Amino acid sequence: MSKYSSQEMVLNMGPHHPSTHGVLRFILQTDGEMMVKAVPDVGFLHRGIEKIAEKLPWQGFMPYTDRVDYVASVNCNLGYAVAVEKLADIAVPEKAEYLRVIAAELSRIGSHFIGFGALLLDLGAVTPFVHALRERETFNDLMEMLCGARLTHNYVRIGGVSQDLPQGFKTKCRNFVDHLEHEFIDEFNDLISYNTILINRLANVGVITAEEANEYTLTGPNLRGSGVKFDLRKDEPYGIYDRFDFDVPVGTGKYGVPGDCYDRYWIRIEEVVQSCRIIRQALYGLPGSGEIRTRLAKPFTVPAGEIYVRTESPRGELGYYLISDGGKNPFRLKIRTGSFSSMTIIEHLSQGVMVADLVAIIGSLDVVAPEIDR
Amino acid sequence: MYSAANKLYEILNQHLGAYGVPETVITIAAYVVPCVLVLGLISTIAGMLTYAERKISADIQNRVGPNRVGPFGLLQFPVDGVKLLFKEDIIPDAADKKLFKLAPYLVFTATVLASLVIPFGGSFIVADLNIGLIFIIVVSSLLVVGFLMSGWASNNKWALLGGIRSAAQIISYEIPTALTLLTVVLITGTFSLQEIVKAQGPYPWQWFVFYNPFMMVAFIIFFISSLAEMNRTPFDFPEAESELVSGYNVEYSGMRFALFFAAEFSNIFITASLATAVFLGGGNIGMDPYSSGLGFQLLMVAVFFAKAIPLCFVTIWVRWTLPRLRIDQMMSMCWKYFIPISFVCLVLTAAWMLAFDGNGIFWRMPKT
Repeated sequence: MSKYSSQEMVLNMGPHHPSTHGVLRFILQTDGEMMVKAVPDVGFLHRGIEKIAEKLPWQGFMPYTDRVDYVASVNCNLGYAVAVEKLADIAVPEKAEYLRVIAAELSRIGSHFIGFGALLLDLGAVTPFVHALRERETFNDLMEMLCGARLTHNYVRIGGVSQDLPQGFKTKCRNFVDHLEHEFIDEFNDLISYNTILINRLANVGVITAEEANEYTLTGPNLRGSGVKFDLRKDEPYGIYDRFDFDVPVGTGKYGVPGDCYDRYWIRIEEVVQSCRIIRQALYGLPGSGEIRTRLAKPFTVPAGEIYVRTESPRGELGYYLISDGGKNPFRLKIRTGSFSSMTIIEHLSQGVMVADLVAIIGSLDVVAPEIDR
Repeated sequence: MYSAANKLYEILNQHLGAYGVPETVITIAAYVVPCVLVLGLISTIAGMLTYAERKISADIQNRVGPNRVGPFGLLQFPVDGVKLLFKEDIIPDAADKKLFKLAPYLVFTATVLASLVIPFGGSFIVADLNIGLIFIIVVSSLLVVGFLMSGWASNNKWALLGGIRSAAQIISYEIPTALTLLTVVLITGTFSLQEIVKAQGPYPWQWFVFYNPFMMVAFIIFFISSLAEMNRTPFDFPEAESELVSGYNVEYSGMRFALFFAAEFSNIFITASLATAVFLGGGNIGMDPYSSGLGFQLLMVAVFFAKAIPLCFVTIWVRWTLPRLRIDQMMSMCWKYFIPISFVCLVLTAAWMLAFDGNGIFWRMPKT
């Protein structure tokens, strides 16, 4: 070895780095601007939610599911509720099913705003992010009307939902989805989505082929971005999702090859429009009166058995694996999240890209740090 | 060759020379006073620009922006300055302390030095150097040294990456900037900025930007390249917040950080001033800048600022609209497009002058 041997620079990106979306750490090996490898180091936000579940009554765990993915908490509530209901064989009232769909799809819209907004923020475009947050503010207001909370909603209950629609919610919600579908999305696309710089930054970057996406167990928008048409709402409908008419957008390589960052970005924008369609149909089909919650037996127990229920959260497949020993609390709960499986592919994608591309790749996978670690 | 310093020298000589004050003292005073004044002016404008940037970005993003300190939050920037002054000055243990301390001053000095030859209209120019344009080009390249120094001295890998990026970027974009400025020199045959302003006229068609179609291209290239030289979005790689945390200034705090910040914003104004003077006719209202009365001279200053401030606004507007390029795209844009195009502009302008006897579309070569 000579005196001046060259070696790669090891960079520590995170846990407090602006574009790691929470507390997440990457160990980068870089050769100047070029990346040799990026290894994600997860676990900074591990809160032992799965263990907490074993100590709490079945209903008492519901607020903790908010914290699994705080950007889309209703979807996490819903997954847990569906899992327990299937295991305990509880029927959910018709009206509650509709309310769940409305809340979950609103939540998906709100989450996608953060998803692509934060991606754009990572690419240096601050204004589109703020515009997306402005729209999310309306979503926050709607959820506040619905359940009183703006971030951790805790709206869904086992066997129903916590509250009925308040006065004026329907109109406001309909105006919101109309505004999104007919005004905001077009304006947003004109502002940033068709921008040449953005296309140059995202197209042909971080390409995930359909085979790779399957190998690395990607789910949700990241899987569909690679061109695999798989949406649990369509392919394994839970609740009443089989009643609605909506499309499943898949990546087609709009400006590059299928499965690049732009596809994953574009999928989320299209999904917002599809969610708007679902909400409009759900508002139309919502029964005027009826129960919103099934009365549960007191004390509430779940018959012994085990079940794995997966639902479509904004970050992909959200699976709850529940084991009950017939007692008052779960014997074991395992949560499978989309962000965690997204982390697995980063090491593969990061080889030979630039530092700036890694930021785009992480952003396009739309990871939320607490969901990785739970 | 008249300038504020020359004028001051004459006045001082008249009044103080009689009392036997040595000439050296008068000369030094005549140059130091305008320098200090222009430093104050540039710092104030830089402060106002930070306020403008926050207000404009707030407007673009449906926010309110600073509105607590003073009327409309106008006093926000002095308050920010005072705050930064009182902040703890942190120097990392592993840093190269001398270089670390020196870097921000170097960056700020390099920026402010350029303002010495900017003609603010009338005789308000500190020194009308006969190599004005070259002076600006040279001095603004000095920024690189400061950036690289701060990146290296911080002993932080992110800062180092930022420093290297800024060196690559500023050196690359110096070339199209210089080439596009040269096209103007081709027409006027002088490097003196005051002369360049005088060669233009008060009306838009007498400005060099409309001299011929190639000059328009040159102006656009100049403006975009100077965005890159100022490290502004879409070329803000050295401090790319989401990639490099904050780039070369990541370890700086307090007043040292403020100096980097002030340098960035003074640079916006200086570049806008340069574009105004060279391409947009500066403060020319069709009168001689030296012999006309004070009122007319102030009018020239007003005209100058009326042109420079919209350019500052455009700079800020661009930042809050566009995302950031990738560093290789930025480099290829410079070397593959800007430099060849600006060369072509230079050559074609020369050919144009040969073909049309030096006259532009509307602009007429003065008879010598």
